[in-house]
Amino acid sequence: MEVHDYLKTLCPDLHITRGEYDEEMRYPETKTLTIGQFKLGLCHGHQVIPWGDLDSLAMLQRQLDVDILVTGHTHQFTAYKHEGGVVINPGSATGAYSSITYDVNPSFVLMDIDGLRVVVYVYELIDGEVKVDKIDFKKTTTASH
Amino acid sequence: MISDVAEDEEKWLAAGIAGLQQNAFYMHRALDSNNLRDALKYSAQMLSELRTSKLSPHKYYELYMRAFDELRKLEMFFKEEARRGCSIIDLYELVQHAGNILPRLYLLCTVGSVYIKSKEAPAKDVLKDLVEMCRGIQHPLRGLFLRSYLSQVSRDKLPDIGSEYEGDADTVTDAVEFVLQNFTEMNKLWVRMQHQGPARDKEKREKERSELRDLVGKNLHVLSQIEGIDLDMYKDGVLPRVLEQVVNCKDELAQFYLMDCIIQVFPDEYHLQTLDVLLGACPLLEPSVDIKTVLSQLMERLSNYAASSTEVLPEFLQVEAFSKLSNAIGKVIEAQVDMPTVGVVTLYSSLLTFTLHVHPDRLDYADQVLGSCVKKLSGKGKITDSKATKQIVALLSAPLEKYNDIVTALKLSNYPHVMEYLDNETNKVMSTVIIQSIMKNKTCISTSDKVEALFELVKGLVKDLDGTLHDEIDEDDFKEEQNSVSRLIQMLYNEDPVEMFKVICTVKKHILTGGPKRLPFTVPPLVFSCLKLVRQLQGQEENPFGDETSTTPKKIFQLLNQTIEALSIVPAPELSLQLYLQCAEAANDCDLEPVAYEFFTQAYILYEEEISDSKAQVTAIHLIIGTLQRMHVFGVENRDTLTHKATGYSAKLLKKPDQCRAVYACSHLFWVDDQENMKDGERVLLCLKRALRIANAAQQMTNATRGSTGSVTLFVEILNKYLYFFEKGNPQITISTIQGLIELITTEMQSDSTTPDPAADAFFASTLRYIQFQKQKGGAVGEKYEPIKV
Repeated sequence: MEVHDYLKTLCPDLHITRGEYDEEMRYPETKTLTIGQFKLGLCHGHQVIPWGDLDSLAMLQRQLDVDILVTGHTHQFTAYKHEGGVVINPGSATGAYSSITYDVNPSFVLMDIDGLRVVVYVYELIDGEVKVDKIDFKKTTTASH
Repeated sequence: MISDVAEDEEKWLAAGIAGLQQNAFYMHRALDSNNLRDALKYSAQMLSELRTSKLSPHKYYELYMRAFDELRKLEMFFKEEARRGCSIIDLYELVQHAGNILPRLYLLCTVGSVYIKSKEAPAKDVLKDLVEMCRGIQHPLRGLFLRSYLSQVSRDKLPDIGSEYEGDADTVTDAVEFVLQNFTEMNKLWVRMQHQGPARDKEKREKERSELRDLVGKNLHVLSQIEGIDLDMYKDGVLPRVLEQVVNCKDELAQFYLMDCIIQVFPDEYHLQTLDVLLGACPLLEPSVDIKTVLSQLMERLSNYAASSTEVLPEFLQVEAFSKLSNAIGKVIEAQVDMPTVGVVTLYSSLLTFTLHVHPDRLDYADQVLGSCVKKLSGKGKITDSKATKQIVALLSAPLEKYNDIVTALKLSNYPHVMEYLDNETNKVMSTVIIQSIMKNKTCISTSDKVEALFELVKGLVKDLDGTLHDEIDEDDFKEEQNSVSRLIQMLYNEDPVEMFKVICTVKKHILTGGPKRLPFTVPPLVFSCLKLVRQLQGQEENPFGDETSTTPKKIFQLLNQTIEALSIVPAPELSLQLYLQCAEAANDCDLEPVAYEFFTQAYILYEEEISDSKAQVTAIHLIIGTLQRMHVFGVENRDTLTHKATGYSAKLLKKPDQCRAVYACSHLFWVDDQENMKDGERVLLCLKRALRIANAAQQMTNATRGSTGSVTLFVEILNKYLYFFEKGNPQITISTIQGLIELITTEMQSDSTTPDPAADAFFASTLRYIQFQKQKGGAVGEKYEPIKV
């Protein structure tokens, strides 16, 4: 609840899907929403096996019919583009322990959605310094949705 | 009754003012026509209004101020006269002919002011004369105002060093003498007020006296402004005289006010050097005087003085300020046996603040203060007075704020003893303060003995203290409390694995006393601390010659097992299962097959026996499959057993769609990409086929119960899995398998009895798009996908 309230102070428009340690049972397993020209999907990712497997995540993306799939669980930042869209894992904001990833660096992602273009800014805390990287994605209009 | 009196007072005041103004008018007329005799006559009449006994101090003051203003104009006239050659001495003589003594003395002081300015006589002589003459008024209220007037007109005319009225040597002494005498007489008058009138009006009198106190205190202020007074003179001449008056007057109101005044008006430097004398006066005061406030004020001033500059610190050491104050406080507490607890604690709190400022490096002094406080509190049991409790929290918070470091505060041996006196609620409050201090300063508590001490301090949060009634605690508050304990656990760290393990053991010992409500909060952070330590040790070679006591992953896993087991009393099966699986994976990374298997066994037992909620089962099963899929440490037999069980659980989930999804997830258990011997294409296909059967059954069920076939989503999901393994090169997945499923789905979707489902349609469409895309990729992939018709 504390973390939830804190996040709300950052932005009142908050969307949450359930992680395996969340005590709040009412968070949904998946969620979709539209921002600008993009359809986004959210899923924590412990439900998608194998964990972190991009092909399996791409399947979920097709199922949710979204351009951008935001997922987690591995505490490892990844941004993956394939013909169906983009899969983004922002990693762990706190650098929490993960059985999947060794040496977790705290990281988070900001997405700037503008028209048919999305710019992904990833912020990582490596050895006490904040490093920022940028990745561009353009949505092709051939997609029927 | 009272409003009548107030009304009457208003009337008298109005009458007094009217009389005063009328005489003033005539006085001015006389002054304008240079008629000195008439001017004096009317001014005396005007001043007669001040002879009244009918006004309260507040109202009298109003009358006095008007008279004061008029006297200023009279003084200017006298000055003019003196300039024009009129003899001041004669004037001084002349005004003494006024009929009543009070007007006479006001006029005398006024002339006296001009007399001193004219320098026709030494200031000291005139001043001496005036201060003695004022003895003629013994009525407290009138006397106070008269002497106040004398003080006001003489302020700028004292024979101070560097003043124009400086006479021969020792004139400062004269100035001091004058002020001290005025002060002494004023204080006597002021005290006398206490005994005037009937006993029932005592409160009213005290209030009135309170309104007048600044008149008396002003004299001390004047003293502090005299430049010629140096430390020696203050020590030998001024302070002893003032204190003598303070002690001898034996009046509670005066003593309290004047002690405070002394502390406020004179420089801190002086206080330091006269600490003995100042403190020596304290036990001589009336027992009812709030001496603790006085002492606290003194200590606060001295603390601020110490804080202002490090250069003054040696002075403190030189005069042994700490021990003097410490003793004084002890004596006061002893003398005032009825002093309430809040008083005792406030004193020690002020002393501690003082100590922290003046002797920041002397932890032993700080500890001594805490120790003295404990001694004085002993026998009182837990403190219930809320004001006292607040003071104890302030006392305990002071070292935390000063040192910014709980580790230093932990070195104060008496610190936990003080905490013993807090009631349970406040103990928790204090514990939270401590934890917040750690959070804010990011203090790293790194050794097991420090952790032990810390957990002793915050035990109010860690476990139920005697006498706590659990049902009183607000849910949200409790959660917040426990969250802060969890965060605390995460802050404990030591690079050295051996010490870190000791820390972990200490924490475990404490949290296991927490009871079922606390364990779900405290166990997870400890578990993850352990897992982090395991990972740290993983990199190191296991020492074959290591003795029984060395820290190894195996040892840590044992501790983990015990810790997670403790959750069974909550009970928290889902959480325990998750934690067991985390441990299993960690054991896998350490190549400890039996340990990993044991953790899996525990998880499975929980699943079978404790987790019955269907939603929880779905999550649990995904975690089991996900973890198992990543295991590489198991030999064939163990792996088979666990896999078989997992698939069995999957097939037995309550809802068909859940079953279907879990079963096809199990297909990944038979295919691990980076291990060649782990690719069992047949069993993958078996899983997928089984999933398909379940999906079919689901369709039939929906048909039977709702009269229409449900969504084809499950089929599309399975199709995607077929494609997944097809791409990975599973020979069992053939084009015809895929094609068949595509056709099945297409048929289903076109069938009339199927409920339209746009989501499923979109999913199928994007799947087909994917196949097209792969075909267009060309190369090996394109070739593979070519035969599939969409």
